[in-house]
Amino acid sequence: MTTTALPDTGRRLGRAPLLRPTARERATAWARRAPLMPALIFLIITTQLPFVVTIIISFMNWNALKPTETGFAGFKNYVEVLTNNDFRQAILVTIVLTVSVVLVSLVIGLVLALLLNQKFFGRGLARTLLIAPFLVVPVAAALVWKHAILNPTYGLINGVLTWIGQLTGNANPPQLDLLSTQPLLAVILSLVWQWTPFMMLILLAGLQSRPADVMEAAQMDGATGWQVFRHITLPHLRQYLELGGLLGAIYIVQNFDAVFTLTSGGLGTANLPYAVYQTFYFANEYGVASAAGVIVVIGSIIVATFALRTVFTLFKKEAAR
Amino acid sequence: MSSTALTGSGTRRGVGADPGAAPRRRRKSRLDPTRNNTAAGIIAWLAALFFALPVLWMVLTSFHSEQDAATNPPSVAASLTLDSYAQFFGSSSGVSPWPPLINSAMASVFSTVLVLLLAIPAAYALSIKPVKKWTDVLFFFLSTKMMPVVAAVLPLYIFAKSSGSLDNIWFLILMYTSMNLPIAVWMMRSFLAEVPVEMLEAAQLDGASLVLTLRKVIAPVAMPGIAATSLICFIFSWNELLLARVLTGVRAGTSPVFLTGFVTSQGLFLAQVCAAAVVISLPVLVAGFAAQDKLVQGLSLGAVK
Repeated sequence: MTTTALPDTGRRLGRAPLLRPTARERATAWARRAPLMPALIFLIITTQLPFVVTIIISFMNWNALKPTETGFAGFKNYVEVLTNNDFRQAILVTIVLTVSVVLVSLVIGLVLALLLNQKFFGRGLARTLLIAPFLVVPVAAALVWKHAILNPTYGLINGVLTWIGQLTGNANPPQLDLLSTQPLLAVILSLVWQWTPFMMLILLAGLQSRPADVMEAAQMDGATGWQVFRHITLPHLRQYLELGGLLGAIYIVQNFDAVFTLTSGGLGTANLPYAVYQTFYFANEYGVASAAGVIVVIGSIIVATFALRTVFTLFKKEAAR
Repeated sequence: MSSTALTGSGTRRGVGADPGAAPRRRRKSRLDPTRNNTAAGIIAWLAALFFALPVLWMVLTSFHSEQDAATNPPSVAASLTLDSYAQFFGSSSGVSPWPPLINSAMASVFSTVLVLLLAIPAAYALSIKPVKKWTDVLFFFLSTKMMPVVAAVLPLYIFAKSSGSLDNIWFLILMYTSMNLPIAVWMMRSFLAEVPVEMLEAAQLDGASLVLTLRKVIAPVAMPGIAATSLICFIFSWNELLLARVLTGVRAGTSPVFLTGFVTSQGLFLAQVCAAAVVISLPVLVAGFAAQDKLVQGLSLGAVK
């Protein structure tokens, strides 16, 4: 679907193209392709076909509760999505959520990766602890954030505030209710918590692949830590930062679990995936939901084009191997 | 790309000026990666504890009684009990967690096996004996991953409903296979690309059969990759919520679906919610912690190479 945007890589393997391939060569080419085919065909059937159907439905009047009133709708559903305040809010929320979670978790992930790249006591255990947020089932994590951490009456955050208040002799310490006063911030917080370890892991891999000879040369030349970071580490990490950010963006644009669990899309926190889910699952507006789904894909293609270009630059190096 | 960055930045001036002098030595040791860095260690440990705190709190709360779980300030030192776990697994709550756990296990294990069966030959065709335009094919695989699930979920729901496969775990298994296949192809390809071309050529020259080459040359390199790929597919399937929620119901519901219903059906029993979250996260936590290196390797190879 998005492959058209890609430049031709030009890595030609095997022999140079002949004017007329012999039967034997054609057979060899098919023998090479054969192992690829099951996976390719399976994916086309399970992902491309449904999307084509989504596009078709997006141009239809189709409410599952009114089965007699289906028919061609033209761009009506798209107009509905783009002019409806709830959908416009959902588009805005999706952008805010994605950009803030990606940027914040990238920055914290970078700091943590730099720290974990140092040698210190119990480094392996510290890394294990840091990976934990990435391993907890997202729904479980969201439930724990909602009920055990952010709950205004007995959540951990307010509990700690009370405890500090008692220690300092303040009987009525300030209490927070993030879920009702700043619900989007609560979602962002829990997602940053979950995605920072992912960024850290990718950046850590990047740090460990820094060319040793360049690092050694820098040491011999007496470069300071900051100089090494600014002129060697950061340029080397750039592609890993871009990749972590873009992979994160692809997943966070699609986030459903955190919004569904923490706020159920209430108080202006519904993002596009949640809005689409609600529109077809509860409102039974299949046409409108499909149009919104197509719009999510258009947004994702914009992000994905950048992502693929980044991956492509990484790739050229290996293709030249 | 980065190797030229240092020249011209003025850092070369120290060369030869005072070889072996103290300042240079001190600078060197600061950059020396084998030196213990206490300051970094303390900050890293604080950050690690901070990030692990919600998980540790979830585990601790699950071992508290309901009264001790819901207090402000928190009762950290309250006595520990297995009550919540007993209630979660016992029939007192009216719903057994076993069917969703078994459904999750089935969905994760079977889809992972299917993914491997499809991905390994595909990765072979994309790396060891690459087909023409192999990068384009690989990008196609990746691009399907970039399509949000919501854009395909309605047709899948309509199809499942009309074909009678709604609330059928096997339909969900097929969908999870499709969801993880692109990542698996991507990861397996990077692992198989590690097989040295010279070794393959040598095997060919020696007249080794395909089976022998696969066993002696490719398998040793591919095995860690297969392990890492399986782990990541397992985790993603175990964690998935949206497809499971839309495509399953009473019979085929998975653990995440069960968990979202658990709070609504039980009211809010904090300790029990935490116990449920611990039980359902446990397979992934254990597998992830046990195979950390594989996970890191898989993610970084799959993502970066």
